Amino acid sequence: MRLAEWQLAMPLTLAFAAFFLAPLLILAAISTFDDDQLARVGFAQWIKFLGDPFYWRVVRDTLALGLMTVAATVLVGFPLALVFVEASPRWQRVLLFVIVLPLLTSVVVRTFAWIVILGQEGVINRTIMALGLSPAPLRLLQTEFGLILALTQIEMPLLLLPLLGVMSRLDPALGDASQALGASRWRTLFRVTLPLAVPGLVSGCLLVFASSTTAFISQSVIGGNRLVYLPLVIWQQSLVVYNWPLAAVAALTLLVSVSACVVAISALGRQIAGGRAAGVAHG
Amino acid sequence: MARRRSAADISYALVVGGLAALALLILVGPVVIVLLTSFTDGRSLRFPPAGLSTQWYEMLFDPARSRPIHRAAGNSLYVAAMATGAAVILGTLAAIGIARRGQGWARALDTLFMSPLILPGIAFGLAALMYFTLIGLRPSLDLIALGHVIVIVPFVLRTTSASLSQLDPALLESSASLGAGWFYTFRRVTLPTIAPGIAAGAFLAFIASLDNVPVSLFLAGPRSDMLPIRMWGMMESTLDVRVAAVSGVLIVAVLALMLLMERLTGLTRRMSI
Repeated sequence: MRLAEWQLAMPLTLAFAAFFLAPLLILAAISTFDDDQLARVGFAQWIKFLGDPFYWRVVRDTLALGLMTVAATVLVGFPLALVFVEASPRWQRVLLFVIVLPLLTSVVVRTFAWIVILGQEGVINRTIMALGLSPAPLRLLQTEFGLILALTQIEMPLLLLPLLGVMSRLDPALGDASQALGASRWRTLFRVTLPLAVPGLVSGCLLVFASSTTAFISQSVIGGNRLVYLPLVIWQQSLVVYNWPLAAVAALTLLVSVSACVVAISALGRQIAGGRAAGVAHG
Repeated sequence: MARRRSAADISYALVVGGLAALALLILVGPVVIVLLTSFTDGRSLRFPPAGLSTQWYEMLFDPARSRPIHRAAGNSLYVAAMATGAAVILGTLAAIGIARRGQGWARALDTLFMSPLILPGIAFGLAALMYFTLIGLRPSLDLIALGHVIVIVPFVLRTTSASLSQLDPALLESSASLGAGWFYTFRRVTLPTIAPGIAAGAFLAFIASLDNVPVSLFLAGPRSDMLPIRMWGMMESTLDVRVAAVSGVLIVAVLALMLLMERLTGLTRRMSI
C-alpha cells in the first residue's frame, strides 16, 4: 500500500485537533459556567468581567504594553537592520550571532538580567549616582518604563529575524538609484527602503506584540504587584483562587483582543505595502 | 564614488548609527552583565561586583544544597528531549505533506500549525490544564511534553519547509523514473537534502521547550517542577544569587550548542522567519 503524500500531514493534524483545538473549545465551554464549582451554566463570569472597570483597565494596559513594546523595538531595531544590510558579509555573520544569542538565552535569564540592571543597586542607578545626576536611586523596577525596556531586549530578536529576511533580499541598486537621482539618505529611507521593508516589519511586529502581551514571567517579576496585566489575572484566578470560569473569561479576552490587534496590524501593513509599492513602481 | 556629504547625510549616519548602537547595547549588555554577576563574591546583586569568586557555582553544583534545582533541570531536559523527538517526527512528515501545495487546505493547515507562535501561550496553557483535568489525565512530565509539542512544532515545520522548497523536483522525478520506489527516493534524495533544516528546527524546538513558561506553569504538578518555573520561584521569593549561576551555565551551554549547530547546519541563516 502506498501513502499519498498529503496523508503525511494527518498525524500532526490529528494531534492539533486533539491537543490544541479541543482544549481551546473546552476553555470556551468552561467560561460559560456561573460558579467555580462548575455547577450552573450561565454568563455570570462574563458579566462580572466585562462589567468591572478594573478588568477593562487591565485589558487596555495589556494591549498598550504590547503596542509600546512594538514601538520601542522598531525604534532601535529598524536602524540596526539598516546597518545590517549595509555591512560586509563577515560583519553580517557577527551581527546575526549577536541577535540570535539573546533569543536562545532563556526568557527567565533575560528577565533576571534586567532585575540586576534596573534594581536600586543596579547598573543604571549606580551610573546615575556616580555621575551625580540624581541624589537618590531612581525607582525603575515595578515601572512601565522598566518593563518596556526589558521587553525591548527580550522581544527585539523576534522583530529582527523576519525583518532581516526581507531586507536582505532587497535590491541595493534601488537605494543607490534613489540617491543618484538626488534624494537624500533620509528621503531614500522613507520613500524606498521603508515601504519595501513593510512585509518583514509587519511579521516582526506581530511576533513582538503577541509575545510581549503574554510574557507572564517578565510582567510579574519586573512589573511586580504595581502593574497588573491579563496573564497575571489568568494565573491568579486559575492557580491561586481556583475560579476557573473567570480565568477562562480572562484567557479568552486575551486571545480575542490579541487576535483582533494581529488582524488589524496585518491589514494595515498590507494597505501600506500595497499603496506604497504602487507608488514606488509608478512614482 | 565621491559624493558631497550633505548635512542630511551626516544626520542620517548619526541617528541611524546611534540607534543601532543602542540596539546592540540593549541586546548584548544584559547577557554580559548576568555572566559577570554570577561570579560575585557578595550576597547581593550589586553590579559591578566588588570581588570575584565561584561560590555561587560551587553551591549550584553541590548536590546536597541544590537538589531541587538539579531535579528541575533533569525534568526540563527530559521533557525537551521527548517533546523535540515527537515534534521532529510529526513536523517533518507534515512539512512534506503540505510542501509545494497551493491548495486551500494546505494553506489552512500551515496557518493552523503556525498559530501557536502568535496565540497567547498563557491562554493555551490554561486550556491544556482544563482539558487534561476534564479527561482525567493526572499531571506528569509526559503530559507537559505533550503540551510542549504543540508549542514547539512551528520551529521544526518552518525550517523543514524552507529546506524542502530548495529541493529540486527534477531530482525526485529522475529518481522515480530510474525505478526507485517512493521510500528509497525519500531516504536517498529528500532526507539528505532537508536534514540540516530538520536539525536546525530540532535545535530551536529543544531550546523553546527548555524555555517554555506558560505550558509548564499550568501543567507542572508539585512533583514535576520545571527549570524556568523553579528559577522564577527563586527570583520571586528571595533574590537567590544562584539564579545568576544557573543563568551562566545556560548561557554558556546555549552558546556552545549554537556554535556547533552553526557549523553543522548554518543555523543563523535558517532562522529568518
